[in-house]
Amino acid sequence: MSDAHKGYKGEALDVLTRFQVGVWSDVDVESTRGHFRGIVLPRSEFDDSRHLVLKLATGYNVGIDVRTIRAIQELGRREAHYKIPEKEFPTSPDKPNVKLLGTGGTIASRLDYRTGAVIPAFSPGELYGAVPELADICNLSTEKLFAVFSENMGPSQYIELAKAIGREIENGIDGIVIGHGTDTMHHTASALAFMVQHSPVPIVMVGSQRSADRPSSDAARNLIHATTTAATSDIAEVMVCMFGPTSDEYGLLHRATRVRKMHSSYRSTFRTVGDIPLATVTRDGVKPLRQDYAHRRADRHVDILPFFEERVTLTYYYPNMHPDIIDSLVEHGYKGIVIAGTGLGHINKPVYPAIERAVAAGVAIYMTVQTLWGYVHMFVYDTGRDLMAKGIIPTENMLPEVAYIKLAWALGQTSDLERVRELMLTPIAGEITEREPHDGYLIFQGGMPEIEEFLRRVHK
Amino acid sequence: MKKDDAISENPDSHNLLGYVRRAEATQETYRTLGFRCGLEVHQQLRTTKKLFCRCPAGHYQDGDDYDAQLVRHMRPTLSELGEYDGTALMEYKTKKNIIYRIKGETACTYDIDDTPPFAVNRQAIDIAIEVALLLNTSIVGELHIARKQYLDGSIPTGFQRTAIIGIDGHLPVAGKRVGVRQLSVEEDSCREVSDVGHERTYTTDRLGMPLIETVTEPELLTPDEAAEAANYIRYLARSTRHVNVGIGAAREDVNVSVEGGTRVEIKGVQHIRWIPELTHNEAFRQKALLLIRDELRRRVSAPTAWTATHVPLGDADRHLVDGIVPSTASAVIFRLPRFGGLLSFFTNPGRTFADEFSDRLKVVACIAVPNLAHPDQPASAISPAAWRTLAIRVGAKSNDGVVLVWGPAADLPTAVDTLVERCRLAFQGVPNETRKGLPNGTTIFERVLPGPDRMYPDTDSAPIPIEEEAIERTRARLPESVDRRMAALRAWSAPEDVHAYILRRDLSPTLAWLVERKVDSAFAATLLGHNVRHAMGAREIDVERVRWVIVEAAERDLTREILRLLVPLALLEPAATFDDLLGRVGYRKATPKEIRAQIARCAKAFVARHPEPEARVRALMGCIRPLAMGNVPLRDTAAWVEEATR
Repeated sequence: MSDAHKGYKGEALDVLTRFQVGVWSDVDVESTRGHFRGIVLPRSEFDDSRHLVLKLATGYNVGIDVRTIRAIQELGRREAHYKIPEKEFPTSPDKPNVKLLGTGGTIASRLDYRTGAVIPAFSPGELYGAVPELADICNLSTEKLFAVFSENMGPSQYIELAKAIGREIENGIDGIVIGHGTDTMHHTASALAFMVQHSPVPIVMVGSQRSADRPSSDAARNLIHATTTAATSDIAEVMVCMFGPTSDEYGLLHRATRVRKMHSSYRSTFRTVGDIPLATVTRDGVKPLRQDYAHRRADRHVDILPFFEERVTLTYYYPNMHPDIIDSLVEHGYKGIVIAGTGLGHINKPVYPAIERAVAAGVAIYMTVQTLWGYVHMFVYDTGRDLMAKGIIPTENMLPEVAYIKLAWALGQTSDLERVRELMLTPIAGEITEREPHDGYLIFQGGMPEIEEFLRRVHK
Repeated sequence: MKKDDAISENPDSHNLLGYVRRAEATQETYRTLGFRCGLEVHQQLRTTKKLFCRCPAGHYQDGDDYDAQLVRHMRPTLSELGEYDGTALMEYKTKKNIIYRIKGETACTYDIDDTPPFAVNRQAIDIAIEVALLLNTSIVGELHIARKQYLDGSIPTGFQRTAIIGIDGHLPVAGKRVGVRQLSVEEDSCREVSDVGHERTYTTDRLGMPLIETVTEPELLTPDEAAEAANYIRYLARSTRHVNVGIGAAREDVNVSVEGGTRVEIKGVQHIRWIPELTHNEAFRQKALLLIRDELRRRVSAPTAWTATHVPLGDADRHLVDGIVPSTASAVIFRLPRFGGLLSFFTNPGRTFADEFSDRLKVVACIAVPNLAHPDQPASAISPAAWRTLAIRVGAKSNDGVVLVWGPAADLPTAVDTLVERCRLAFQGVPNETRKGLPNGTTIFERVLPGPDRMYPDTDSAPIPIEEEAIERTRARLPESVDRRMAALRAWSAPEDVHAYILRRDLSPTLAWLVERKVDSAFAATLLGHNVRHAMGAREIDVERVRWVIVEAAERDLTREILRLLVPLALLEPAATFDDLLGRVGYRKATPKEIRAQIARCAKAFVARHPEPEARVRALMGCIRPLAMGNVPLRDTAAWVEEATR
């Protein structure tokens, strides 16, 4: 397939070739269904091989079944090149300096509707063109570290990101914003919380749930909130900054180790689990909801601990789990297993022998709860006591994904399982809390009269 | 501002414009104006569910009936060429809080843009294909869902999902062929509840309902042709029996331009009968703006260098505008160089050039009207002496325009930009706008007309093939075309006044059935077009029940006149048996002999009571009709009555 026929295959490609036209040809198509005049667009490789896509003069796209085509006449060619405009980002010495590190999430972007590709805006000039309010907040500089989708973020990216943060802090930055896809933002957030310790400045992760090419996108507002936090907040921790309600009202700053994406598509998808968020943020500034956070400092000290053991896994327990699941992990050389158990942290008896074999093989096994809220309590039932006796270590109220990241981080720096246990059970960034506040678990039940009444009064 | 007799406000401008009321306008009036009109007719489809989600379609609630509210702000996105769309920028300037009211039954998380679209509603696509065939369009091989941006907040995503079904069709209007540019299927927008200051509220019940949009070429050359085309499209849609009827189920956007003018879109016209007046007035408004432009170009040699100046209204001058400018408002005095005398230029009945500014201040700067005053207003509550003082404050000379604008202090910077921008546009003539049609036939500014750059492919949906079988299946069950229905009405001698009703209510097939059953066609047409219409109004008509009455009546050998009573009654009382109906209309079986005997008995009494012969016949007919109705043709009864009273 050549560029001239980008995305076309099979019958459609044959037809284009036969009539000597290609992508960007301005054509008149004569078909059994009538005449169609437009520009041939590239076709998505996922779409079928039976249709030709035309952009009509009205801006609409239509597909034409190639089997209905009698003739195609090329009237000219109109290739489009799209570029996001750059405007120089205005800087001023009295504004804080903020660095935006890019990982591939598109904070501001524009769909090239002719190709269907998303063109991300990323340079300060491009971002300023799209979100001019940024210039009122800070002096922004940007660095694109990598361009991967959120689901492809992994250990090497965590490590590179941690090192980049270390460099920026050393160079005197006042705050750091990390643009990230939302799917695995909470994994990266907790990795950074363990790899970057004692930061003197805020480290704010941000993304968007609706792409920036749509007028109702949350991207610009999230970016404004994140830069405001990085520039002015007193909270020098790794945080996730995303919509509080689905309404365009305020953002929430979540502690990196307690946050989780909880809805596949809502704007307000990120929630602090088992605790309350650190703060709210609007374009007017950050309002802390609690005081027990690490404060901003003027010094440039930070501990960068870029460790990660890849042979660690997170296993979601289900009734009828067979022991060979655990056995095969051991066979394949896994050094650590985090189990998301039922209820207070349980798995079924048939798996016990496999647990014993794994522990004997030197595999570190930690227990979390798939209920997400609440602590692992393995003393309550015999099952739990049995499991502990077999070597499974409970992780208090660490979230399963966080325990996975932390275990990989711990095993990345030592194979001494006692040292690993000490690292795992000593809270570093709020991943284990001593107390669960009464309002740390709030999933309101829709339909209840008092909740419906509340919903009528408060913007969702 | 005084509005009622604005024609007399500036009679010179009125004469210059050559404005005539529509009743006085002729074909020549529109030919001279270079009137051109195209329609975008939106019609809701009758489906069980919405277009891109599984919410039930066609359930509505009051704007105050809601379960929750949420807020969004629409932000302009970059256009293809890296520019912000004009509309987008204007909408953004307004800094509106858009509030959406949602009700559990009628809106889901898709409606509030927190869930991607589900597979498109195939039922809607099939209806759209039917209409596309009736419009003689070329049907696409594959639907590509596009996003059409709307930044007014009427759709929470900021865009409408839409797809072309067919292009390049035609329909017969005024004895000629008018082009149909395209037929698309799209989701309906929210209904506005209120728009006050910086807060606009929408309810989401209608949002996401499937619509079809028929776009004609701008080939309608008089206001009447425009209305005729709109009616044709309406009849055509209704002939499918798969579209919603009732208020808001069909809405027209009407594009109007005149020679030298610009395409202006009058949005959301609720009634076809409004179209002629609205388009007529819009044509004259455009001509007025062109005359103003010509005058400005005569007065100002370098329009690009033209600029307005303004000063805040000082505290010392507040007393001059007492009772005009509210005490809570701030005010600005403008000098518009060389605009002297133009602000009162007549544009439409009751409206002048100054309203062009006032409208924009309301929409863009969110300042409620009245928000502006100028010395050319004949009934200005500000005295001429006071105006002279204000003119001095801003340094205005005699041929300059002076305008006082007031509103909340925070909105005045936007007001200044808006006013100056509109002045600059005056040098170009007619701005690209969408305007809102009012019941009185005039329009007000709604927003800047969006450019073609607002179309994007919907990355959330895959293309949907339209297979040959689907088209053929639909083609096989197409209703008769509207022009053939119209021809049939004429052939059946149906009176003119019933045509619109029969076509609008899709009663042509019922009428054809009646004619087939040997019911006299003119009788049948008025049975439906008068009797049924008067009884049922806008209510749904159960045509099966109409047929049932006809069959029952035929079986009992009832003569046709009684159908005028039975058919409406059967529709009004859907549970009634045929005997119930006969009882309700007072039918009693009688032979011609019995009827003639009754006539003879009554005639004696009536002869004494009514000396005048015609009155005698009328009175006797009135007395005998209930008995005769259904038993003998009324014509025969009349003859017998005539005979008996002679």
